[in-house]
Amino acid sequence: MSIHIINLIYLISASLFMLGIKNLSSPATAKLGNKLSMSGMGVAIAATLASPEISGFTLIIIAIAIGAAIGGYAAIKVEMTSMPEMVALFNGCGGAASALVALSEFQGTTSGFESFTLLTLLLSIIIGGLTFTGSLIAFGKLQGIVSTRPITYPGQQVVNAAILTLTVLLSWMVFQNPDNAFAFFAIIILALALGVLAVIPIGGADMPVIVSLLNSYSGVAVSMTGFALNNNALIIVGSLVGASGLFLTKIMCDAMNRSLANVLFGAFGKVDESTVAGEGPTGTMKGFEVDEVAMVLENASSLIIVPGYGMAAAQAQHVTREIGDFLSEEGLDVRYAIHSVAGRMPGHMNVLLAEADVSYDQLYAMEDINDDFSNTDVVLVIGANDVVNPAAKTNPGSPIYGMPVLDVEKSRTVIVLKRSMNVGFAGIENELFFMDNTMMLFGDAKSSLQNVLNALKE
Amino acid sequence: MDTGTIIVGLTIFVLACFAGAELISRVPQTLHTPLMSASNAISGIAILGALLATGRPESLNSVSIIGFLAVIFASINVVGGYMVTDRMLQMFKKKTRKKKE
Repeated sequence: MSIHIINLIYLISASLFMLGIKNLSSPATAKLGNKLSMSGMGVAIAATLASPEISGFTLIIIAIAIGAAIGGYAAIKVEMTSMPEMVALFNGCGGAASALVALSEFQGTTSGFESFTLLTLLLSIIIGGLTFTGSLIAFGKLQGIVSTRPITYPGQQVVNAAILTLTVLLSWMVFQNPDNAFAFFAIIILALALGVLAVIPIGGADMPVIVSLLNSYSGVAVSMTGFALNNNALIIVGSLVGASGLFLTKIMCDAMNRSLANVLFGAFGKVDESTVAGEGPTGTMKGFEVDEVAMVLENASSLIIVPGYGMAAAQAQHVTREIGDFLSEEGLDVRYAIHSVAGRMPGHMNVLLAEADVSYDQLYAMEDINDDFSNTDVVLVIGANDVVNPAAKTNPGSPIYGMPVLDVEKSRTVIVLKRSMNVGFAGIENELFFMDNTMMLFGDAKSSLQNVLNALKE
Repeated sequence: MDTGTIIVGLTIFVLACFAGAELISRVPQTLHTPLMSASNAISGIAILGALLATGRPESLNSVSIIGFLAVIFASINVVGGYMVTDRMLQMFKKKTRKKKE
């Protein structure tokens, strides 16, 4: 197949990727979108295999079989709650693949480099390499293998800056003399080290932002490889992925009211007494019994359920859906309000609820439902804390001040399911729990909800 | 690579960035996790470069070995990414709810 025909096929493949993402704009068409995107990939791979440049297929077939077996097995086995870890690992593989392709190109070229090619190859190796190790550390932190606390030491940022400077310096040496193998391999080692060192000072709770950002990096690495190989398919797809990763990073930062710089260098979640100090809410939390909660629900005509990651941690999403379905059959208007950082990554809570068979038209993003709390009878808060803390709106001294939160306290009654009286992840008291219209139901979310459901059915 | 080719490449890159940002901003919050894993899967497109590196040489050498590893990593990314995205999307269903009169 001639190179022109292959390039035309790459254009078709890029169009299929674009159509694929376009169809992700609604849950109804999303499955089709993913199929279109898959066929785009299939067409591009087939065209490449048909190119005259490829003569041997044995190694290719073995490698694809190994990769497909590992990836396929992981994709089938992974729990939906572990999705952030899975994405981090796959992303690391993507970064590694780009860096290795650039490395092989570097190894295989004997006739000297043009400076633009050399620049993009080096960028691909550096970005791909740090994406690989950074993703592995993010995976470790999400799994709890690596300490989820920020790992910091004096002069950390100076060390990281020094490594970056050294990498740039070595790159310049490679530019002067592309045969400088020592400088070249030093760059690879430094890029791998940079990925580790840049991610360890970031707290476990911020890992989703890092995974999004690394996703964007892997896209940039692919684009750089595309420039070096003069392959338009790689350039286009890389920029799509880069844009998508940056977009999700921004959404997560906005939802937490923090800048990306603060996430990257702020070591948030490091134990810091000064931020926790300040006046706590006064009053007492009022604990209620299951029967009282069931009675309030029975007498309501509208209900908004606000799930937090505590719900998934307690494996309570199925019984939550059963209560939602039971009450909606009783004639209640039942909806779910989902904060952008409710799960462990953007949109994660929606996936967990979809897995529990909640209909997707019942799932509402914060900006679409926040005005409705004031005319809602009952709000059921399950395992969420900081995302419903009114201090974000009222207390400038609070560490989460300015973060957009759900206005649950405006509804007639708020029922909060909580494991114990402990504070949330940021170590902040929540005055919602002390309000007059709040009913606390203490205990394990799953068994509490099961008891509520039994009481409702009686 | 002549300057013209570089400029064409940069043009494609910049335009694709804008198109990508436009398309992605229309994806609703509900689908952000599948979006992430789908865009992750398509970043495995580096497999094209990996295939060329692996299949080009006549005999086993450093290029084809590095290419071999790259094909493994990229196909983990592509196959795993698409399958897990599909698994998630299969869960999104719209139910017709019946209400008791």
